[in-house]
Amino acid sequence: MSTSVVEMRHITKKFGNFKANDDISLTLHKGEILALLGENGAGKSTLMGMLSGLLKPTEGQILVEGKEVEMESPRDAKKLGIGMVHQHFMLIPAFTVLENIILGEEPLKGGRIDYKKASQEIERLAEKYQLDIDLKAKVADITVGMQQRVEIMKALYRKANIFIFDEPTAALTPQEIDQLMKIFRALADEGKSIIFITHKLKEIKEAADRCIVIRAGRVIDDVMVADVAEEKMAEMMVGRKIRTTVDKAEVDQSKAVLEVKGLNVEKHGLQAVKNLDLTVHTGEIVGVAGVDGNGQSELIDALTGMRKIKSGSVKINGKEYANHPVREITEAGVGYIPEDRQVVGLVLPMTISENLALKNYYRKPFNNHGILEYADINQNGKDLIEKFDIRSQSEKEAVGSLSGGNQQKVIVAREIASKPDLLIAANPTRGVDVGAIEYIHEKINDERNDGRAVLLVSFELDEILKLSDRVVVMHAGEIVGEIDPKNTSAEELGLMMAGKKIADAE
Amino acid sequence: MSLETILMTVFSSTLIYAAPLIFTALGGTFSERSGIVNVGLEGMMIVGAFSSTVFTLSFSNALGTATPWLSILVGGFFGFLFSILHAVATVNFRADHIISGTVLNLLAPGLCVFLTRIIYNGKGQTPIIEQGLGTYTFPGLSKIPVLGKILFTRTSLVAYFAILIAIVSWYFLYRTNVGLRLRSVGENPVAADTLGINVYKYRYLGVLISGFLGGMGGAVMAQSITMNFSSNTISGQGFMALAAMIFGKWHPIGAMGAALFFGLAQSLPITGAYIPLLSHVNSVWFQVAPYVITIIVLVIFLGKAVAPAADGTNYIKNK
Repeated sequence: MSTSVVEMRHITKKFGNFKANDDISLTLHKGEILALLGENGAGKSTLMGMLSGLLKPTEGQILVEGKEVEMESPRDAKKLGIGMVHQHFMLIPAFTVLENIILGEEPLKGGRIDYKKASQEIERLAEKYQLDIDLKAKVADITVGMQQRVEIMKALYRKANIFIFDEPTAALTPQEIDQLMKIFRALADEGKSIIFITHKLKEIKEAADRCIVIRAGRVIDDVMVADVAEEKMAEMMVGRKIRTTVDKAEVDQSKAVLEVKGLNVEKHGLQAVKNLDLTVHTGEIVGVAGVDGNGQSELIDALTGMRKIKSGSVKINGKEYANHPVREITEAGVGYIPEDRQVVGLVLPMTISENLALKNYYRKPFNNHGILEYADINQNGKDLIEKFDIRSQSEKEAVGSLSGGNQQKVIVAREIASKPDLLIAANPTRGVDVGAIEYIHEKINDERNDGRAVLLVSFELDEILKLSDRVVVMHAGEIVGEIDPKNTSAEELGLMMAGKKIADAE
Repeated sequence: MSLETILMTVFSSTLIYAAPLIFTALGGTFSERSGIVNVGLEGMMIVGAFSSTVFTLSFSNALGTATPWLSILVGGFFGFLFSILHAVATVNFRADHIISGTVLNLLAPGLCVFLTRIIYNGKGQTPIIEQGLGTYTFPGLSKIPVLGKILFTRTSLVAYFAILIAIVSWYFLYRTNVGLRLRSVGENPVAADTLGINVYKYRYLGVLISGFLGGMGGAVMAQSITMNFSSNTISGQGFMALAAMIFGKWHPIGAMGAALFFGLAQSLPITGAYIPLLSHVNSVWFQVAPYVITIIVLVIFLGKAVAPAADGTNYIKNK
């Protein structure tokens, strides 16, 4: 454990006048798993960008295997045995797994690629590190978990000794996360060193030997994971105490707001939602858990009027709204926090105020006989920015220039400010940091406590278990079970999401 | 006329008209596989047609029967030079690919007709080439009963050469490491860059090969069909080649097959009169057929065909 493979000394990185990294020092030992913990924007990715050759430090030195190095490009980092596994995989969906792995380092035989030799080499590595991959499959057709193993194999194939993982578990199911943690161990046991960036404390506890906490570009602490409690690490990361529960008030849950019966939705001619029944009452948060791609998106699209319903009934406050126009559904009292804020939720080049008025721009007071009343629109923007703690320079700033967490707050503000009877939230905290997650969770819970109905779809099990009054599990377009979040662990839920019925899970 | 003769006529004129399209459609495939949309194929063909015609007219006395063949390489070379404009604009200056391609299409006829007037005493078109590519009868193969007459007698040698180039292109793109890399920058340049692949270099390669093949296509058009150069030597063939590339799903063999189909459509005005069922149809319909078929094919297949994922996008390297 004592030999250091990477040493970063007094690294400072400036973008203009902004210090993304301020005098950071870090050491990585051989065979060690090091976690880099910090909120979004804390400077973790910048630091790793410098270690992987994407960025150049403004000040400071980087030593690899004891020698000072200067890296001009990722290629230089690769030569030094540094392999980066990006959060958004750097794969080519149209190519096979094998082609993706060898791209750029193809073995040749008489001018053509020697696929046979490459396969043998990769299969040998796969066996050694227990990486289950299908070389002949197209990347477009394999699971996210396997895509990640392909990324790991890409680095192994290039003889990497140092692995950097940027938020490796963001898109994985709990089972895939377990598998990844095993792979981490196998790599470390073979003498490889690993740095992984995360803001999830559980994984650090499970996998890492040591943890470096970064906040606002500085190293806050460097701790051995075994010695520190999760709560303590969360506090170091955010700089204050974090609440892991929400207060649920006693509310009347007798009246049904959303009633879905026998819903069938198709996507590309395939049945995406099958005969689905679902009811959400006043003062209730119903969580829909499930692995991505099991019909959740189609369900939400159908409920919000974005996708045609093939058959079935959708009642809101007792009135039928299946296949009604989006505006009628909105006016019936439905608020919607969409999954992809940048594509569906916001118009990025428009100002915060304009985005906040997107749902009401055609009505008084924002609209006076076809003329927009900017005074009212901007005043509304100012009010909501203050009320929802949206960190921005002014209400006239373009939404696209805000951080992800603040963009999400803009949507939450718009949808909650309209006081909907039913709030549909799809992955409301995806890619948002811990502070903003806490805030958004509280806002959603406030809606419930005010007696509104909330339908929450999320891939984050902790989020589902923390917020929901009831949880239904979706698999292959069907609801395969309902559980009580108080008596269910994330592991049990994970098994159900993989398609096991409740009886099997127990 | 016997059925054999009719088939021979239809087949050989299909090949004659398909040859320029095959070269050009292959050119488009290379460019778009590397991620650069190439609507400038028409312009590249014009440059190829013009330069090859000037070459043939100037050197046929000295070089004899080899002249038209050499002129195809000359056309390719000037098409290659012309395509540098497109590469610089789209790769280095990140221009919109469609606009850059359109510029080539507007520039090429103006430039070439202007040069024609300068070279040939103010005339808007060049004199007629005395010796074109002509037809070719394969020794040996033409003796095969039935098929020998249909496929290998009085046919277009350059079309067979084009088919060979299509097979070579497939091998290059799908079996060599350079081909794999060229396709990778057309699918996901960011990923390719992280693997140390020089995105700009491979995109240049795609566009320049496209210029060379497009120029060859134009040259073949001038040397075997129009036999001179004027402002309407190339009249939409570049766009037909583009349609053939899409119809052929951006695949060299597919593009070749589609180009043969378009070749058949283009040869109809000539062969239609000999085909018993079609001989009563007004020839105007045959004249418009290639263009109508192009539009129909594009409408039907453009939405469904899967282009390289990063086709038409510019790549900006992070610093």
